[in-house]
Amino acid sequence: MLYSQLVMDHFQNPRNVGKMEDADGIGEVGNAKCGDIMKMYIKVEDGKISDVKFNTFGCGSAIATSSIATEMIKGKTIPEALRLSNQAVVEALGGLPAHKIHCSVLAEEAVKAAVKDYYDRHGISYDEKLFRFCDHEHDENEEDN
Amino acid sequence: MKIYVDNAATTKMSQRAIQAMMPYLDGVYGNPSSLHTYGQEAAEALENAREAVAKAIGAEANEIYFTSGGTEADNQAILTGAILGERKGKKHIISSKFEHHAVLNTLKQLEKQGFTVTLLEVYENGLVRLEDVKQAIREDTGFVTIMMANNEIGTIQPIREIGALCRERGILFHTDAVQAVGHIPVDVKKLKVDLLSLSGHKFHGPKGVGALYVRKSVPLQKFITGGAQERGKRAGTENIPGIVAMAEALQESIENLSESQNHILSMRDRLIEKLREIPHSKVNGDLQYHLPGTVNMCFEGIEGESMLLLLDAKGIAASSGSACTSGSLDPSHVLLALGLPHEVAHGSLRLSLDAANTQEEVTYICEVLPEVVAYLRSISPVWEELEKGERKHVI
Repeated sequence: MLYSQLVMDHFQNPRNVGKMEDADGIGEVGNAKCGDIMKMYIKVEDGKISDVKFNTFGCGSAIATSSIATEMIKGKTIPEALRLSNQAVVEALGGLPAHKIHCSVLAEEAVKAAVKDYYDRHGISYDEKLFRFCDHEHDENEEDN
Repeated sequence: MKIYVDNAATTKMSQRAIQAMMPYLDGVYGNPSSLHTYGQEAAEALENAREAVAKAIGAEANEIYFTSGGTEADNQAILTGAILGERKGKKHIISSKFEHHAVLNTLKQLEKQGFTVTLLEVYENGLVRLEDVKQAIREDTGFVTIMMANNEIGTIQPIREIGALCRERGILFHTDAVQAVGHIPVDVKKLKVDLLSLSGHKFHGPKGVGALYVRKSVPLQKFITGGAQERGKRAGTENIPGIVAMAEALQESIENLSESQNHILSMRDRLIEKLREIPHSKVNGDLQYHLPGTVNMCFEGIEGESMLLLLDAKGIAASSGSACTSGSLDPSHVLLALGLPHEVAHGSLRLSLDAANTQEEVTYICEVLPEVVAYLRSISPVWEELEKGERKHVI
Protein backbone atom coordinates (compact mmCIF):
# COMPACT_ATOMS: atom_id res chain seq x y z
CA MET A 1 0.00 0.00 0.00
CA LEU A 2 1.06 3.55 -0.69
CA TYR A 3 0.15 4.76 2.81
CA SER A 4 0.24 3.23 6.29
CA GLN A 5 -2.99 2.56 8.15
CA LEU A 6 -2.37 5.57 10.38
CA VAL A 7 -1.94 7.90 7.38
CA MET A 8 -5.13 6.51 5.87
CA ASP A 9 -6.94 6.99 9.18
CA HIS A 10 -5.91 10.65 9.39
CA PHE A 11 -6.82 11.11 5.74
CA GLN A 12 -10.22 9.48 6.00
CA ASN A 13 -11.08 10.77 9.47
CA PRO A 14 -9.20 14.04 9.69
CA ARG A 15 -9.00 15.57 13.19
CA ASN A 16 -9.77 19.24 13.73
CA VAL A 17 -10.87 19.78 10.17
CA GLY A 18 -12.82 22.93 9.38
CA LYS A 19 -12.67 26.69 9.55
CA MET A 20 -12.49 28.94 12.64
CA GLU A 21 -14.37 32.20 12.58
CA ASP A 22 -12.65 33.81 15.58
CA ALA A 23 -9.09 32.59 15.02
CA ASP A 24 -6.21 34.47 16.63
CA GLY A 25 -3.86 33.43 13.87
CA ILE A 26 -4.28 32.00 10.37
CA GLY A 27 -1.47 30.55 8.29
CA GLU A 28 -1.68 29.50 4.68
CA VAL A 29 1.18 27.77 2.88
CA GLY A 30 1.77 25.96 -0.39
CA ASN A 31 0.29 26.84 -3.74
CA ALA A 32 -2.45 25.46 -5.91
CA LYS A 33 -0.12 25.16 -8.89
CA CYS A 34 1.93 22.56 -7.04
CA GLY A 35 -1.19 20.80 -5.91
CA ASP A 36 -1.25 21.51 -2.18
CA ILE A 37 -2.40 24.34 0.05
CA MET A 38 -2.78 24.12 3.81
CA LYS A 39 -4.63 26.68 5.86
CA MET A 40 -4.30 26.48 9.63
CA TYR A 41 -6.30 28.42 12.20
CA ILE A 42 -5.22 28.76 15.85
CA LYS A 43 -6.95 30.06 18.95
CA VAL A 44 -4.53 31.19 21.67
CA GLU A 45 -5.42 31.41 25.35
CA ASP A 46 -2.91 32.06 28.14
CA GLY A 47 -0.01 31.46 25.78
CA LYS A 48 -1.34 28.08 24.79
CA ILE A 49 -2.97 26.89 21.61
CA SER A 50 -6.42 26.17 22.96
CA ASP A 51 -7.95 25.24 19.62
CA VAL A 52 -6.78 24.55 16.10
CA LYS A 53 -8.50 23.86 12.78
CA PHE A 54 -7.30 23.22 9.28
CA ASN A 55 -8.45 23.15 5.67
CA THR A 56 -6.33 21.48 3.02
CA PHE A 57 -6.36 21.23 -0.75
CA GLY A 58 -4.07 18.37 -1.58
CA CYS A 59 -3.34 14.70 -1.75
CA GLY A 60 -3.98 12.09 0.91
CA SER A 61 -0.74 12.73 2.73
CA ALA A 62 -1.26 16.51 2.68
CA ILE A 63 -4.57 16.02 4.49
CA ALA A 64 -3.11 13.42 6.87
CA THR A 65 -0.08 15.55 7.81
CA SER A 66 -2.32 18.58 8.43
CA SER A 67 -4.55 16.48 10.61
CA ILE A 68 -1.82 15.01 12.78
CA ALA A 69 -0.01 18.35 13.06
CA THR A 70 -3.15 19.89 14.58
CA GLU A 71 -3.25 17.10 17.15
CA MET A 72 0.42 17.60 17.94
CA ILE A 73 0.10 21.31 18.72
CA LYS A 74 -3.30 21.43 20.38
CA GLY A 75 -2.90 22.37 24.08
CA LYS A 76 0.78 23.16 23.58
CA THR A 77 2.48 26.48 24.32
CA ILE A 78 3.47 28.59 21.35
CA PRO A 79 7.20 27.89 21.73
CA GLU A 80 6.37 24.19 21.86
CA ALA A 81 4.27 24.46 18.70
CA LEU A 82 7.09 26.28 16.94
CA ARG A 83 9.38 23.39 17.69
CA LEU A 84 7.17 20.99 15.71
CA SER A 85 9.39 19.66 12.96
CA ASN A 86 8.41 17.93 9.77
CA GLN A 87 10.41 14.89 10.89
CA ALA A 88 8.26 14.70 14.01
CA VAL A 89 5.16 14.78 11.82
CA VAL A 90 6.50 11.99 9.63
CA GLU A 91 7.44 9.90 12.66
CA ALA A 92 4.06 10.42 14.28
CA LEU A 93 2.43 9.10 11.11
CA GLY A 94 4.69 6.06 11.10
CA GLY A 95 6.46 7.19 7.93
CA LEU A 96 5.52 8.63 4.52
CA PRO A 97 6.60 7.63 1.02
CA ALA A 98 9.74 9.56 -0.02
CA HIS A 99 7.96 11.71 -2.60
CA LYS A 100 5.41 12.78 0.04
CA ILE A 101 7.87 14.18 2.58
CA HIS A 102 7.21 17.70 1.26
CA CYS A 103 3.67 17.41 2.69
CA SER A 104 5.13 17.15 6.19
CA VAL A 105 7.24 20.24 5.50
CA LEU A 106 4.07 22.08 4.55
CA ALA A 107 2.40 20.97 7.78
CA GLU A 108 5.30 22.34 9.85
CA GLU A 109 5.21 25.57 7.91
CA ALA A 110 1.44 25.93 8.20
CA VAL A 111 1.79 25.86 12.01
CA LYS A 112 4.59 28.43 11.90
CA ALA A 113 2.65 30.66 9.50
CA ALA A 114 -0.35 30.62 11.85
CA VAL A 115 1.86 31.59 14.81
CA LYS A 116 3.52 34.33 12.78
CA ASP A 117 0.09 35.71 11.91
CA TYR A 118 -0.84 35.60 15.60
CA TYR A 119 2.35 37.49 16.49
CA ASP A 120 1.72 40.05 13.76
CA ARG A 121 -1.87 40.64 14.81
CA HIS A 122 -0.90 41.08 18.43
CA GLY A 123 2.18 43.21 17.89
CA ILE A 124 4.46 40.60 19.41
CA SER A 125 8.04 40.91 18.21
CA TYR A 126 9.86 37.83 16.98
CA ASP A 127 12.97 36.64 15.28
CA GLU A 128 12.32 36.70 11.51
CA LYS A 129 14.65 33.76 11.07
CA LEU A 130 12.12 31.52 12.77
CA PHE A 131 9.77 32.03 9.86
CA ARG A 132 12.06 31.85 6.91
CA PHE A 133 10.19 29.30 4.88
CA CYS A 134 11.87 27.52 2.15
CA ASP A 135 10.11 28.52 -1.04
CA HIS A 136 8.04 25.94 -2.79
CA GLU A 137 9.36 26.16 -6.26
CA HIS A 138 9.97 22.45 -6.36
CA ASP A 139 12.73 21.07 -8.48
CA GLU A 140 11.41 18.87 -11.16
CA ASN A 141 12.55 15.38 -10.36
CA GLU A 142 13.09 14.60 -13.96
CA GLU A 143 14.68 11.31 -14.65
CA ASP A 144 17.70 11.80 -16.84
CA ASN A 145 19.29 8.72 -18.24
CA MET B 1 -19.66 -2.83 -4.37
CA LYS B 2 -16.33 -3.15 -6.17
CA ILE B 3 -16.13 -1.32 -9.46
CA TYR B 4 -13.16 -1.32 -11.78
CA VAL B 5 -13.19 1.69 -14.08
CA ASP B 6 -9.49 1.92 -14.84
CA ASN B 7 -9.47 -0.13 -18.03
CA ALA B 8 -7.23 2.34 -19.84
CA ALA B 9 -4.53 1.45 -17.29
CA THR B 10 -5.01 -2.25 -17.74
CA THR B 11 -7.79 -4.78 -18.24
CA LYS B 12 -8.77 -8.04 -16.64
CA MET B 13 -7.69 -11.03 -18.72
CA SER B 14 -10.61 -12.66 -20.52
CA GLN B 15 -11.47 -16.28 -19.75
CA ARG B 16 -10.93 -17.17 -23.39
CA ALA B 17 -7.42 -15.71 -23.27
CA ILE B 18 -6.64 -17.55 -20.03
CA GLN B 19 -7.91 -20.82 -21.47
CA ALA B 20 -5.88 -20.28 -24.63
CA MET B 21 -2.79 -19.57 -22.56
CA MET B 22 -2.96 -22.52 -20.18
CA PRO B 23 -1.66 -25.31 -22.49
CA TYR B 24 1.44 -23.21 -23.22
CA LEU B 25 2.22 -22.82 -19.53
CA ASP B 26 1.85 -26.54 -19.02
CA GLY B 27 2.11 -29.14 -21.78
CA VAL B 28 3.42 -27.21 -24.76
CA TYR B 29 6.53 -25.69 -23.30
CA GLY B 30 8.97 -26.13 -26.18
CA ASN B 31 11.19 -23.40 -27.52
CA PRO B 32 9.92 -22.46 -30.99
CA SER B 33 13.52 -22.39 -32.22
CA SER B 34 13.94 -26.10 -31.41
CA LEU B 35 13.65 -28.70 -34.15
CA HIS B 36 11.93 -31.39 -32.10
CA THR B 37 8.21 -31.90 -31.75
CA TYR B 38 8.03 -29.82 -28.55
CA GLY B 39 9.60 -26.89 -30.32
CA GLN B 40 7.60 -27.24 -33.49
CA GLU B 41 4.32 -27.27 -31.60
CA ALA B 42 5.31 -23.98 -30.01
CA ALA B 43 6.44 -22.61 -33.37
CA GLU B 44 3.10 -23.48 -34.88
CA ALA B 45 1.25 -21.72 -32.06
CA LEU B 46 3.46 -18.68 -32.58
CA GLU B 47 2.69 -18.48 -36.29
CA ASN B 48 -1.03 -19.01 -35.74
CA ALA B 49 -1.00 -16.16 -33.24
CA ARG B 50 0.89 -13.99 -35.69
CA GLU B 51 -1.73 -14.63 -38.35
CA ALA B 52 -4.55 -13.86 -35.94
CA VAL B 53 -3.00 -10.57 -34.83
CA ALA B 54 -2.28 -9.60 -38.44
CA LYS B 55 -5.84 -10.35 -39.51
CA ALA B 56 -7.24 -8.29 -36.63
CA ILE B 57 -5.57 -5.14 -37.94
CA GLY B 58 -5.70 -5.82 -41.67
CA ALA B 59 -2.02 -6.75 -41.98
CA GLU B 60 -0.07 -9.72 -43.35
CA ALA B 61 1.43 -12.19 -40.90
CA ASN B 62 4.98 -11.32 -41.92
CA GLU B 63 4.35 -7.70 -41.01
CA ILE B 64 3.86 -8.52 -37.32
CA TYR B 65 6.72 -8.58 -34.80
CA PHE B 66 6.02 -9.60 -31.22
CA THR B 67 7.49 -7.48 -28.44
CA SER B 68 7.36 -7.26 -24.67
CA GLY B 69 4.60 -4.68 -24.87
CA GLY B 70 3.56 -1.27 -26.16
CA THR B 71 6.58 0.54 -24.79
CA GLU B 72 9.06 -1.72 -26.55
CA ALA B 73 7.07 -1.53 -29.78
CA ASP B 74 7.08 2.29 -29.57
CA ASN B 75 10.81 2.34 -28.87
CA GLN B 76 11.64 0.08 -31.80
CA ALA B 77 9.34 1.94 -34.16
CA ILE B 78 10.81 5.32 -33.27
CA LEU B 79 14.37 4.05 -33.42
CA THR B 80 13.61 2.63 -36.87
CA GLY B 81 12.10 5.93 -38.01
CA ALA B 82 15.10 7.85 -36.72
CA ILE B 83 17.73 5.58 -38.27
CA LEU B 84 16.02 5.36 -41.65
CA GLY B 85 15.55 9.13 -41.69
CA GLU B 86 19.16 9.77 -40.73
CA ARG B 87 20.38 7.60 -43.61
CA LYS B 88 18.75 10.08 -45.97
CA GLY B 89 20.07 13.01 -43.96
CA LYS B 90 16.62 13.66 -42.52
CA LYS B 91 16.83 14.20 -38.79
CA HIS B 92 13.60 16.06 -38.13
CA ILE B 93 10.76 14.22 -36.40
CA ILE B 94 7.17 15.33 -35.90
CA SER B 95 5.06 14.18 -32.97
CA SER B 96 2.51 15.68 -30.58
CA LYS B 97 2.64 17.19 -27.12
CA PHE B 98 0.45 14.58 -25.48
CA GLU B 99 2.01 11.31 -26.62
CA HIS B 100 2.61 8.55 -24.12
CA HIS B 101 5.92 8.75 -22.25
CA ALA B 102 7.08 5.69 -24.20
CA VAL B 103 7.14 8.01 -27.21
CA LEU B 104 8.00 11.36 -25.63
CA ASN B 105 10.97 10.13 -23.61
CA THR B 106 12.32 8.17 -26.57
CA LEU B 107 12.13 11.34 -28.65
CA LYS B 108 13.94 13.23 -25.88
CA GLN B 109 16.78 10.76 -26.14
CA LEU B 110 16.93 11.28 -29.89
CA GLU B 111 17.12 15.04 -29.38
CA LYS B 112 20.25 14.47 -27.31
CA GLN B 113 21.63 12.55 -30.26
CA GLY B 114 21.15 15.48 -32.61
CA PHE B 115 17.62 14.94 -33.91
CA THR B 116 15.17 17.83 -33.98
CA VAL B 117 11.67 17.14 -32.74
CA THR B 118 8.54 19.22 -33.34
CA LEU B 119 5.73 18.47 -30.89
CA LEU B 120 2.41 19.58 -32.33
CA GLU B 121 -0.28 21.36 -30.34
CA VAL B 122 -3.37 19.37 -29.46
CA TYR B 123 -5.60 22.32 -28.55
CA GLU B 124 -8.41 22.38 -26.01
CA ASN B 125 -10.23 19.47 -27.66
CA GLY B 126 -7.18 17.19 -27.61
CA LEU B 127 -6.91 16.72 -31.37
CA VAL B 128 -3.90 17.07 -33.63
CA ARG B 129 -4.76 19.11 -36.74
CA LEU B 130 -3.82 17.81 -40.15
CA GLU B 131 -3.02 21.35 -41.20
CA ASP B 132 -0.42 21.60 -38.41
CA VAL B 133 1.24 18.39 -39.59
CA LYS B 134 1.45 19.86 -43.10
CA GLN B 135 2.92 23.08 -41.75
CA ALA B 136 5.46 21.25 -39.63
CA ILE B 137 6.84 19.12 -42.46
CA ARG B 138 10.26 20.35 -43.54
CA GLU B 139 12.79 19.29 -46.15
CA ASP B 140 14.54 17.20 -43.53
CA THR B 141 11.46 15.58 -41.94
CA GLY B 142 12.08 11.85 -41.95
CA PHE B 143 9.56 10.52 -39.49
CA VAL B 144 6.15 11.29 -37.99
CA THR B 145 4.71 9.57 -34.91
CA ILE B 146 1.23 10.45 -33.66
CA MET B 147 -0.82 8.33 -31.28
CA MET B 148 -4.11 6.91 -32.48
CA ALA B 149 -6.07 7.42 -29.24
CA ASN B 150 -4.88 9.33 -26.22
CA ASN B 151 -4.52 7.25 -23.08
CA GLU B 152 -5.74 9.87 -20.63
CA ILE B 153 -8.55 11.66 -22.42
CA GLY B 154 -9.42 9.13 -25.13
CA THR B 155 -9.49 11.48 -28.12
CA ILE B 156 -8.96 9.80 -31.50
CA GLN B 157 -6.51 11.48 -33.85
CA PRO B 158 -6.97 11.90 -37.62
CA ILE B 159 -4.57 9.04 -38.34
CA ARG B 160 -5.98 8.16 -41.75
CA GLU B 161 -5.53 11.75 -42.98
CA ILE B 162 -2.04 12.05 -41.50
CA GLY B 163 -1.18 8.63 -42.93
CA ALA B 164 -2.27 9.70 -46.42
CA LEU B 165 -0.28 12.92 -46.15
CA CYS B 166 2.88 11.15 -45.01
CA ARG B 167 2.56 8.48 -47.70
CA GLU B 168 2.19 11.19 -50.32
CA ARG B 169 5.28 13.04 -49.03
CA GLY B 170 7.30 9.85 -48.63
CA ILE B 171 7.66 10.26 -44.86
CA LEU B 172 7.66 7.23 -42.58
CA PHE B 173 4.63 7.26 -40.24
CA HIS B 174 4.14 5.44 -36.93
CA THR B 175 1.11 5.40 -34.69
CA ASP B 176 1.01 4.28 -31.08
CA ALA B 177 -2.35 2.48 -31.20
CA VAL B 178 -2.06 0.90 -27.76
CA GLN B 179 -5.34 2.43 -26.57
CA ALA B 180 -7.16 1.91 -29.86
CA VAL B 181 -6.59 -1.69 -30.91
CA GLY B 182 -9.37 -3.92 -29.64
CA HIS B 183 -11.53 -0.89 -28.83
CA ILE B 184 -12.22 0.67 -32.21
CA PRO B 185 -11.74 -0.72 -35.72
CA VAL B 186 -8.11 -0.48 -36.79
CA ASP B 187 -7.00 -1.29 -40.33
CA VAL B 188 -3.38 -0.54 -41.15
CA LYS B 189 -4.02 -0.43 -44.89
CA LYS B 190 -6.85 2.08 -44.63
CA LEU B 191 -4.91 4.15 -42.12
CA LYS B 192 -1.82 4.13 -44.38
CA VAL B 193 0.51 3.71 -41.42
CA ASP B 194 3.99 2.24 -41.81
CA LEU B 195 4.38 1.20 -38.20
CA LEU B 196 1.80 0.59 -35.48
CA SER B 197 2.23 -0.42 -31.83
CA LEU B 198 -0.23 -2.46 -29.79
CA SER B 199 -0.25 -3.97 -26.33
CA GLY B 200 -1.96 -7.15 -25.10
CA HIS B 201 -3.09 -6.09 -21.65
CA LYS B 202 -5.17 -3.19 -22.95
CA PHE B 203 -7.70 -5.57 -24.54
CA HIS B 204 -7.96 -8.34 -21.94
CA GLY B 205 -4.77 -10.12 -22.91
CA PRO B 206 -1.83 -10.64 -20.57
CA LYS B 207 0.76 -8.08 -19.51
CA GLY B 208 4.29 -8.20 -20.88
CA VAL B 209 3.37 -8.81 -24.50
CA GLY B 210 2.68 -6.56 -27.44
CA ALA B 211 3.32 -6.28 -31.13
CA LEU B 212 4.68 -3.94 -33.74
CA TYR B 213 3.18 -3.85 -37.22
CA VAL B 214 5.80 -2.98 -39.83
CA ARG B 215 4.75 -2.46 -43.44
CA LYS B 216 6.49 -4.91 -45.74
CA SER B 217 8.73 -2.44 -47.50
CA VAL B 218 10.02 -0.86 -44.27
CA PRO B 219 13.35 -2.25 -43.01
CA LEU B 220 12.73 -2.64 -39.29
CA GLN B 221 15.83 -1.86 -37.23
CA LYS B 222 17.08 -4.14 -34.48
CA PHE B 223 16.50 -2.94 -30.97
CA ILE B 224 17.18 -6.00 -28.86
CA THR B 225 20.11 -7.93 -30.29
CA GLY B 226 20.85 -11.61 -29.88
CA GLY B 227 19.34 -14.67 -31.55
CA ALA B 228 17.47 -14.81 -34.82
CA GLN B 229 13.94 -14.75 -33.37
CA GLU B 230 11.29 -12.62 -35.05
CA ARG B 231 13.09 -12.89 -38.39
CA GLY B 232 16.23 -11.50 -36.87
CA LYS B 233 14.59 -8.26 -35.77
CA ARG B 234 13.82 -8.93 -32.14
CA ALA B 235 16.03 -11.33 -30.25
CA GLY B 236 15.00 -13.41 -27.26
CA THR B 237 12.94 -16.59 -26.85
CA GLU B 238 9.35 -15.74 -27.66
CA ASN B 239 6.79 -15.39 -24.88
CA ILE B 240 4.58 -18.10 -26.34
CA PRO B 241 1.90 -18.23 -23.60
CA GLY B 242 1.62 -14.44 -23.68
CA ILE B 243 1.57 -14.20 -27.47
CA VAL B 244 -1.07 -16.96 -27.82
CA ALA B 245 -3.26 -15.36 -25.16
CA MET B 246 -2.89 -11.89 -26.65
CA ALA B 247 -3.95 -13.16 -30.07
CA GLU B 248 -6.98 -14.88 -28.55
CA ALA B 249 -7.96 -11.77 -26.58
CA LEU B 250 -7.63 -9.60 -29.66
CA GLN B 251 -9.80 -11.91 -31.76
CA GLU B 252 -12.41 -11.94 -28.99
CA SER B 253 -12.39 -8.14 -28.64
CA ILE B 254 -12.91 -7.71 -32.35
CA GLU B 255 -15.69 -10.30 -32.53
CA ASN B 256 -17.53 -8.41 -29.76
CA LEU B 257 -16.62 -4.92 -30.91
CA SER B 258 -19.92 -3.58 -32.19
CA GLU B 259 -21.99 -5.11 -29.39
CA SER B 260 -19.71 -3.93 -26.60
CA GLN B 261 -19.32 -0.49 -28.14
CA ASN B 262 -23.02 0.26 -27.87
CA HIS B 263 -23.15 -0.84 -24.25
CA ILE B 264 -20.01 1.10 -23.31
CA LEU B 265 -21.16 4.21 -25.16
CA SER B 266 -24.49 4.28 -23.38
CA MET B 267 -22.75 4.01 -20.00
CA ARG B 268 -20.31 6.74 -20.95
CA ASP B 269 -23.08 9.06 -22.09
CA ARG B 270 -24.90 8.59 -18.79
CA LEU B 271 -21.74 9.22 -16.78
CA ILE B 272 -21.01 12.42 -18.63
CA GLU B 273 -24.59 13.63 -18.46
CA LYS B 274 -24.77 13.12 -14.69
CA LEU B 275 -21.27 14.14 -13.70
CA ARG B 276 -21.20 17.35 -15.67
CA GLU B 277 -24.03 18.52 -13.39
CA ILE B 278 -21.39 18.90 -10.67
CA PRO B 279 -20.74 22.64 -10.59
CA HIS B 280 -17.39 23.85 -11.91
CA SER B 281 -16.55 20.61 -13.58
CA LYS B 282 -15.36 20.03 -17.13
CA VAL B 283 -15.27 17.07 -19.48
CA ASN B 284 -11.87 16.99 -21.17
CA GLY B 285 -11.31 16.29 -24.83
CA ASP B 286 -13.45 16.22 -27.93
CA LEU B 287 -16.60 14.16 -27.45
CA GLN B 288 -17.06 13.12 -31.05
CA TYR B 289 -13.63 11.81 -31.97
CA HIS B 290 -13.36 9.74 -28.86
CA LEU B 291 -12.86 6.21 -27.57
CA PRO B 292 -16.13 4.69 -26.36
CA GLY B 293 -15.01 4.00 -22.80
CA THR B 294 -12.89 6.89 -21.58
CA VAL B 295 -14.28 9.78 -19.54
CA ASN B 296 -11.86 12.40 -18.29
CA MET B 297 -13.10 15.24 -16.12
CA CYS B 298 -11.73 18.02 -13.94
CA PHE B 299 -13.31 19.26 -10.74
CA GLU B 300 -12.19 22.65 -9.58
CA GLY B 301 -10.92 23.21 -6.04
CA ILE B 302 -9.89 19.65 -5.24
CA GLU B 303 -6.90 17.44 -5.82
CA GLY B 304 -7.03 14.16 -7.71
CA GLU B 305 -5.17 11.79 -5.44
CA SER B 306 -7.41 12.42 -2.45
CA MET B 307 -10.40 11.96 -4.76
CA LEU B 308 -9.03 8.59 -5.92
CA LEU B 309 -8.36 7.40 -2.38
CA LEU B 310 -11.88 8.28 -1.24
CA LEU B 311 -13.39 6.63 -4.32
CA ASP B 312 -11.27 3.55 -3.67
CA ALA B 313 -12.56 3.43 -0.11
CA LYS B 314 -16.07 3.36 -1.63
CA GLY B 315 -15.07 0.54 -3.97
CA ILE B 316 -14.45 2.56 -7.12
CA ALA B 317 -11.05 2.06 -8.80
CA ALA B 318 -10.24 5.00 -11.10
CA SER B 319 -7.28 7.12 -12.14
CA SER B 320 -6.14 10.74 -12.10
CA GLY B 321 -3.67 13.00 -13.81
CA SER B 322 -2.76 14.85 -10.62
CA ALA B 323 0.90 15.34 -9.75
CA CYS B 324 0.56 13.06 -6.76
CA THR B 325 -0.41 10.17 -8.96
CA SER B 326 2.20 10.89 -11.62
CA GLY B 327 5.05 10.51 -9.15
CA SER B 328 6.33 13.99 -9.98
CA LEU B 329 5.16 17.40 -8.84
CA ASP B 330 3.64 18.39 -12.15
CA PRO B 331 0.19 17.26 -13.17
CA SER B 332 -0.30 15.23 -16.35
CA HIS B 333 1.42 16.59 -19.46
CA VAL B 334 -1.70 15.59 -21.39
CA LEU B 335 -3.99 17.88 -19.42
CA LEU B 336 -1.44 20.71 -19.51
CA ALA B 337 -1.23 20.25 -23.30
CA LEU B 338 -4.98 20.94 -23.46
CA GLY B 339 -4.22 24.31 -21.91
CA LEU B 340 -5.68 23.52 -18.51
CA PRO B 341 -4.03 25.46 -15.66
CA HIS B 342 -2.00 23.39 -13.20
CA GLU B 343 -4.47 23.82 -10.35
CA VAL B 344 -7.33 22.50 -12.49
CA ALA B 345 -5.27 19.65 -13.93
CA HIS B 346 -4.53 18.51 -10.36
CA GLY B 347 -8.26 17.87 -9.91
CA SER B 348 -8.68 15.44 -12.77
CA LEU B 349 -10.34 12.06 -12.84
CA ARG B 350 -10.27 9.38 -15.52
CA LEU B 351 -12.98 6.72 -15.61
CA SER B 352 -12.30 4.12 -18.28
CA LEU B 353 -15.15 1.73 -18.90
CA ASP B 354 -15.30 -1.72 -20.31
CA ALA B 355 -18.01 -4.07 -21.54
CA ALA B 356 -17.98 -5.82 -18.15
CA ASN B 357 -19.13 -2.66 -16.37
CA THR B 358 -22.86 -2.29 -15.76
CA GLN B 359 -25.45 0.46 -15.68
CA GLU B 360 -25.87 -0.24 -11.94
CA GLU B 361 -22.21 0.56 -11.46
CA VAL B 362 -22.64 3.78 -13.39
CA THR B 363 -25.57 4.70 -11.15
CA TYR B 364 -23.45 4.05 -8.07
CA ILE B 365 -20.55 6.16 -9.41
CA CYS B 366 -22.99 8.98 -10.15
CA GLU B 367 -24.17 8.83 -6.53
CA VAL B 368 -20.79 8.57 -4.86
CA LEU B 369 -18.63 10.91 -6.93
CA PRO B 370 -20.62 14.11 -6.33
CA GLU B 371 -20.45 13.40 -2.57
CA VAL B 372 -16.70 12.90 -2.68
CA VAL B 373 -16.21 16.11 -4.66
CA ALA B 374 -18.48 18.05 -2.30
CA TYR B 375 -16.67 16.73 0.77
CA LEU B 376 -13.19 17.54 -0.54
CA ARG B 377 -14.39 20.99 -1.53
CA SER B 378 -15.76 21.52 1.98
CA ILE B 379 -12.26 21.12 3.42
CA SER B 380 -10.41 22.88 0.59
CA PRO B 381 -9.04 26.40 1.11
CA VAL B 382 -8.87 26.76 -2.67
CA TRP B 383 -12.60 26.10 -3.00
CA GLU B 384 -13.25 28.60 -0.19
CA GLU B 385 -11.34 31.27 -2.11
CA LEU B 386 -13.19 30.38 -5.31
CA GLU B 387 -16.52 30.66 -3.57
CA LYS B 388 -15.63 33.95 -1.92
CA GLY B 389 -14.52 35.35 -5.25
CA GLU B 390 -10.91 35.76 -4.04
CA ARG B 391 -9.84 33.38 -6.76
CA LYS B 392 -11.39 33.23 -10.21
CA HIS B 393 -13.20 30.13 -11.41
CA VAL B 394 -11.51 28.78 -14.50
CA ILE B 395 -14.10 26.13 -15.30
